[in-house]
Order: sequence, then structure tokens, then C-alpha cells
Amino acid sequence: MADAEIKSYSINFGPQHPAAHGVMRMVLEMSGEIVDRTDTHIGLLHRGTEKLIEYKSYLQAVPYFDRLDYVCPMNQEHAFCLAVEKLLGIEAPPRAQFIRVLFDELGRITNHLLNTTSFAMDVGAMSPMLYGFEEREKLMAFSERVCGARLHAAYYRVGGVALDMPAGLAEDIHAWTESFPKVLDDIEALLNENRIFKQRTIDIGIVSQQEALDWGFSGPNLRASGIPWDLRKSQPYAVYDQLDFDIPIGKNGDCYDRYNVRVEEMKQSVRLMRQCIEKMPSGPVRVDDRKIAPPPRAEMKSSMEALIHHFKLFTEGFHVPAGETYTVIETPKGEFGVYLVSDGSNRPYRCKIRPPAFAHLQGIDFMSRGHMLADVVANIGSIDIVFGEIDR
Amino acid sequence: MTQALQDLGDYITAALSQDVLSTKLPKGELVITVRAAAIGKVLTFLRDDTNCLFKQLMDVTAVDYPEREQRFEVVYNLLSLKQNQRIRVKVTVGEDTPVPTATGIFSSAGWFEREVWDMFGIPFADHPDLRRILTDYGFEGHPLRKDFPLTGFVERRYDDEQKRVVYEPVKLTQDFRNFDFLSPWEGVLPGDEKAEG
Repeated sequence: MADAEIKSYSINFGPQHPAAHGVMRMVLEMSGEIVDRTDTHIGLLHRGTEKLIEYKSYLQAVPYFDRLDYVCPMNQEHAFCLAVEKLLGIEAPPRAQFIRVLFDELGRITNHLLNTTSFAMDVGAMSPMLYGFEEREKLMAFSERVCGARLHAAYYRVGGVALDMPAGLAEDIHAWTESFPKVLDDIEALLNENRIFKQRTIDIGIVSQQEALDWGFSGPNLRASGIPWDLRKSQPYAVYDQLDFDIPIGKNGDCYDRYNVRVEEMKQSVRLMRQCIEKMPSGPVRVDDRKIAPPPRAEMKSSMEALIHHFKLFTEGFHVPAGETYTVIETPKGEFGVYLVSDGSNRPYRCKIRPPAFAHLQGIDFMSRGHMLADVVANIGSIDIVFGEIDR
Repeated sequence: MTQALQDLGDYITAALSQDVLSTKLPKGELVITVRAAAIGKVLTFLRDDTNCLFKQLMDVTAVDYPEREQRFEVVYNLLSLKQNQRIRVKVTVGEDTPVPTATGIFSSAGWFEREVWDMFGIPFADHPDLRRILTDYGFEGHPLRKDFPLTGFVERRYDDEQKRVVYEPVKLTQDFRNFDFLSPWEGVLPGDEKAEG
């Protein structure tokens, strides 16, 4: 057969594509089956969160953080609350900090369950999704019991959490941490040594250490490249310095490593959740400052002052001293930062949200070059993107 | 930690005395303000110097202060894994002055600078691909500027007669309400007798 010259052409991937994990349009320049260049168009889910927050009081800004990465809503509230608390110079009481860490780790498992199993589905494995979502549903139920909502929690507040956990929840979560590792073993048994899964992921989308740093990667994607860096260990916030856990890292930085790092992280999160429940002290869950946290309902029935405080807090809100901070936490996807500028009024002057997946998605271009079209899907699945936070 | 940052700030100021305008340590975070033209030199120094090694550019953003003569502050957040430290580099620019791009120093700057351009309209000189990133195709204006209204200027809907999406000026069924909580109570509400008395 004579050599046919392959003409390069471009194809549209998205804006609606089941493997794009949201609304994203990619223009792929192809030479036959090989990707030469990808041009990612994002912003189709842009809602102007940062602009809206500038027009809301600090309390009203909290629910916007649920709607960023809607797979692990509470983790992001944590970042915002820590930023405001830093400017206010207050700290949440110990019990509130333990509750926050407990639900952060719960969110991490929720997130990783979604990502690893949907990634598996992207490359052809259906069953892990079914196993994973059964467990995810239980975690959603825990979230609903603590705050009344499965997804959009609005549970963390500046100076603590909205309410204490209901009776019996800690025991139920503890019982779940006993049963969950078995399900995780089942998922791993389906994937880890699966020939198709390994062929689709090993040596696909390799990110070297140098590249990971240069492109601003963080979280599991950075660790999969072999860099031991986790903000929970290196710049501990809340009560992570009192808890015992390990940081799994990868070796090659390919899709398979990124998957494995996430699975191992889930096991560490189970450990962390158990420790949180065991070590959780009793006590208040919100700072005892009526200028920041509202008074209890009962007190409002008899105290004029409490009533005034309540009214002022929910209309005007509290004022935050002028200043600025860049506060970061380790969300399941990586370094989530809130750059908060206050001018001393009751509303943020500027609230920049630094979503980890924004930097990761930017890297899809260099990761996919020279790979086949189907590998682009594997790459997208493995870097764990959610458009709520990328587009904001 | 704070002492180490203080030392680092002094070290950077000494090494780049011509370019660093000020060094501050608010809330235990190191902030240096530098000349806009020297941002490339400063970022390269911060990345490569053995005492700094800020290998990661985590974020580029901007803040708008319309009342200032140089209305924008462009903010770079850097992270050093080696030193376990963060630094914030700021430059102040006016409305139409381009900032030298950082894409040649940190690849991650590409999209971050595109976002700043999109949201604030600050141009970055020599950026390889300075297009809008988050807003719609054909969008006009820069939404995060303080003089851009929250509701925007146009809204879009699908027109059944023309069989396409059309853009129209924003029509609000209820006026945009922006309560001023900072003024004293008198005169806040229309028809407030205390304001007249």
C-alpha cells in the first residue's frame, strides 16, 4: 500500500461530552489519532462568584464556597472561614476544629470516590462506579444529618460550625469507617491489576517533578509525581498536627499513579476520621463572641441585648479589620487558596479564589501532546477536575 | 517562622535593592512590592536563588482601587516547597500600562494572567496567548473592576422567532438593592422622618 499522507485536522471535544466532567470545550489539533495541541475553552460555568462575594456580607459569602467544587463542599468553606478568622484574629474552639477536620476528610473520601470511579468508567470499567456510589450515598447521608443538606452544606461558619453534631452521628460514622475499607478493597480488586485499566493508564500523561512544579500542580497530582508535599503536614491548619497520618506519593506521575495516590489517600482519610471521633473533646462549637457568632435561641427570648446582636449579625454582619491574607488548605484536589482583602467594612473588598484544578486543567495541553485521542480522556479523568471551581 | 520570613525579606531587599519598593509582614505573611518593569527579574531571582527557591507560582490575581492613581495591584503568590514558605509579590499599575508577562518564568502564569486580563483588563506584555478565558465569546468589559455593575450590561436569551441566542440590555424586574450598612441608621429608609427632622 502506498504511503498515504495524513492531513492534520482539528476536532471539537465538548462542550457537552460525558468524559469532560462538566462543560468544557477542547479544540484538539490532530495528526491522525495523535494529538498535536489542545486548546481548552473554559468558563462555560462562570457565575461571577468573586464579584458576587464582594456584594455580600461575610456570612452570606460562605454558601458560595459550596457551589465551587460541589463534590466536596465543606472543604472550601473551611478555607474561607480560616481566612476570615485570620483577619479577625480568632480561632475556632477545639471541638469545632475536630468537627471540621472530620468533615474535611469525609469530603475527601466523597471526592476521591467520585473521581477514581468515574475515571475508571472513562477508561472502560463500569462496576467500580456502582460500588463507589453506594458508599458515597452513605457519606451524603452523614452530611445531611449534620447540616440538613446533602451537597450545599453551609455548615462551617466563621468562628466554628453552625451547630453541634446530632447525637449518635459520631458512632454511626465510626461504624462506617469500619466497613468502608472492605468496599475499597473490592474497588481495588476490580482495578489495580485489571489488564485493560493498566493498559489505559500506565505511562499515559506522565508529569515529571519539574513539570509539576512549573505548572503549579498541587495535591494528589503533585504527589503522584513523587513530591512529598501536603499542606496538612507541611503547613498544618486546624488540628492536623495532633493527628497521625501518612502521605502517599507516586513514582512515575502517570495516570495510574494519580489513581493510586487517591485510593491510598482514602485509606488515610479513614484513619483520620477515626482519630477525630476518638479524640474529639466536648465543649462549644462556636466562638463565644456575640459580635461574631449569634446568641442561642433561648437567650434571645429573654435578653434584649441578645436580640439586638442577632438582628445586627444577620442584617449588617460583622466587620472585619482591614488587611489581607492568602490562606490555603489542602482540599481533595490540591491547594485551595482564598486571597481575601478587607477594607474594614462588613463585606470583603476582594475575594480571589485559587482553585487547584484551574492549574491542573492548564496542564492538560502538555500532558496530552503526542498521545492518542482516547488518552486525552484518561488524562482529564486522572487530574480530577470539577468545573464549579475552575469557572467560579 | 515570622523571624525566618523577616530575614528572608531583608535578604531579598538587600539583593534587589533597586527594584523592591517595600517589604511588609502583615499577619505573618511576607509581602514585597516591586517596580512593575522589574517583575520578571524579581520572579526569576525568587525562583532560582538558593535562599528562596520559590519554584511554584500558585496564583496571579489583581485588586482594583479606582480611587488611586495607579488603580490596579497585581498580586503574585509564590510557594517554596524547599523552604516551606510563601511570598506575595505585588506591583501597582495604571489602567493601560502593560505588565511584563511571567509566562517565560512560570508556565502556570499563562492562564492566571489570561484571567487577570479578562477580569480586570490589565494587559500583559509579550504574553503568548492573551485571550479572554472565563467570560463568554465576544464579551465586552472587565467584570471585576469596581466600576462594572454587579448585574452586568447585557443578558442573553434564546429567541424563538430568530431561532438563535440574542443579547439584550439588562432589564431588572426589581431595582438592584445595595444597602449601605455603614451609615448611621438615620436616613437609610426612604421617607424616614428622622432624616428630615
